[in-house]
Amino acid sequence: MTTFVYLETMGGEILPSALEALSAAQQIGEPITALVFGISADQATTTLATCGIERIILCPDESLHPFHLEAHAPLLSHLIREYQPRHVLATATANSRELLAVSALDCAKPFIADALSFAVTEDGLTITRAAYAGKVLEQVRSTSETTFITLRARAFSKPQALDNPANVTIETVEPAHIPDGLRVHVESEESANETVTLMDAAIVVSGGRGLANNPKPAPSDAEDPDVWKARDGFATLIQPLAQALNAAVGASRAAVDAGYIDYDHQVGQTGKTVTPDLYIAAGISGAVQHQAGMRNSKIIVAINRDADAPIFKLAHYGIVGDLYDVLPRLIEAVEQEDQP
Amino acid sequence: MHIVTFTRSTPDTAIAVLATDDGGVTWGDAATVVNPWDDYALEETIRQAKTHKGNSTVIAIGPQMHEKALRQALAMGIKNAIRVEDAALNPHDSRQWATLAAGAVAHLDEQPNLVLFGKSHIDVDSDQVTFQTAHKLGWPLITNVSQILELDNGRIRVQRRTDQAVQIVRASLPVVISVLKGINEPRFPAFIAIRKANKTSIPVYDAAALGVELPASQIEHLGYHNLPERSGGGEIIEGATVQEKVATLVQKLKEEKIL
Repeated sequence: MTTFVYLETMGGEILPSALEALSAAQQIGEPITALVFGISADQATTTLATCGIERIILCPDESLHPFHLEAHAPLLSHLIREYQPRHVLATATANSRELLAVSALDCAKPFIADALSFAVTEDGLTITRAAYAGKVLEQVRSTSETTFITLRARAFSKPQALDNPANVTIETVEPAHIPDGLRVHVESEESANETVTLMDAAIVVSGGRGLANNPKPAPSDAEDPDVWKARDGFATLIQPLAQALNAAVGASRAAVDAGYIDYDHQVGQTGKTVTPDLYIAAGISGAVQHQAGMRNSKIIVAINRDADAPIFKLAHYGIVGDLYDVLPRLIEAVEQEDQP
Repeated sequence: MHIVTFTRSTPDTAIAVLATDDGGVTWGDAATVVNPWDDYALEETIRQAKTHKGNSTVIAIGPQMHEKALRQALAMGIKNAIRVEDAALNPHDSRQWATLAAGAVAHLDEQPNLVLFGKSHIDVDSDQVTFQTAHKLGWPLITNVSQILELDNGRIRVQRRTDQAVQIVRASLPVVISVLKGINEPRFPAFIAIRKANKTSIPVYDAAALGVELPASQIEHLGYHNLPERSGGGEIIEGATVQEKVATLVQKLKEEKIL
């Protein structure tokens, strides 16, 4: 019985969040095989040597870099059929969730997405995952001899380095033959300009409708004064605080729908689900839809003028006050902490 | 051009959903709505079908409660609706779901050029059915589409957003895509269209009628439970001045080893 862990790569390296699947595999306790496609042996082994992995299956072929579902899925399916591992794990990035879903279907095996945690039992894993946009949890179990599982980003920690790691066997395999060639062609790709992505961020600083209460007057030629004020607030307070904390910038649906910030930043039911160590909600009332996307954050801090805002019921620490008074002081305080 | 999309009824986004003692789930007597992500897929289907003077069909998979979403889709302007219900379907098993979805698409008289999904189903919290339906059909898959740049009878060209990048990609039709919020501004149906949609009869098929065989389910759903109560929460930081409050907050975050 083995556990296969698919480790997504990007720009020649294993994605840091992908490694969380190794700690889930350590928890299962069966021998671990890591699958790394599209990068060379040196790069892979340096990262993985200390994690208690028994075997690395590498496919450094150029056709597997960058990620392409139609190149990765047949190779993964082929390896699963050959080795018949009991579990196939990956962190639930956009690419990995597509890959495991498609490969599971290829292999006629069940796929369980976005595990938050699991219990190891004699009958296999009992998996806890979110349902109804994070409003309730559900427990599911697979009855198959092989099960594909993706793990919600940040739900599992980074793997422990072992004191005495065993020797790692490295196997190099050929890419799968794709008879019809790739059918989806990438014409161009532009990296998003965010330095920290919302899903991976240890800290998220989010702004809401309260950003429109900017005391700064909007210029007379501004099309919509509220939008100008809120955008200015994101640029002069939310962004700098995020930068000082090495955090990602989030927003409520209200702020996105009002045009204060791009949809990419939306946290909540029709946005992204985040589970950072620290979530700072500034000028966000805390509607159920927003809570669905952030309520599993380890520590929640709310800053709001309205002492009755629902966000204070969820927050661990709250400051009742105008974010335009509070955030400048908070930025100062954080920057001071960073001084040696 | 024939564009097919999927939808389902889910509890309204603003209401609370709770687990019941017997492991079920309830939202009281609150109304269901179209799965929030599907609003954008329905709107895009209507717009593209109109631009290309084509046909449009919406499919729901599951019990009768999903008919409400189908009628809403018809009222918005989708031309045909069908529902698939099979007593053997385990709604937690995406492989079974995708088998029915692909079966329903293949069963249509006029074969579609494009199947369009919303980003995710909020009730089962799943987007895997999109990927698996595409694979079951044997069609190319393009997810997280933020804009359709070109669509003609031969091919599609779109802008898509991944976790780290914005891409322009193209593929030959037929194709399965999933669309993001923001791709359009979904319309509200007119009252008269709602009344008309409510009178439409919606055909229902099971696996046998679609000519597919459901694979045995390998997923066991053990039940729902409520989120754990938040502990140690709810402290409002007091202080004479904003500086004092901020200093206390920073101190607390240092104690939590976050700063």
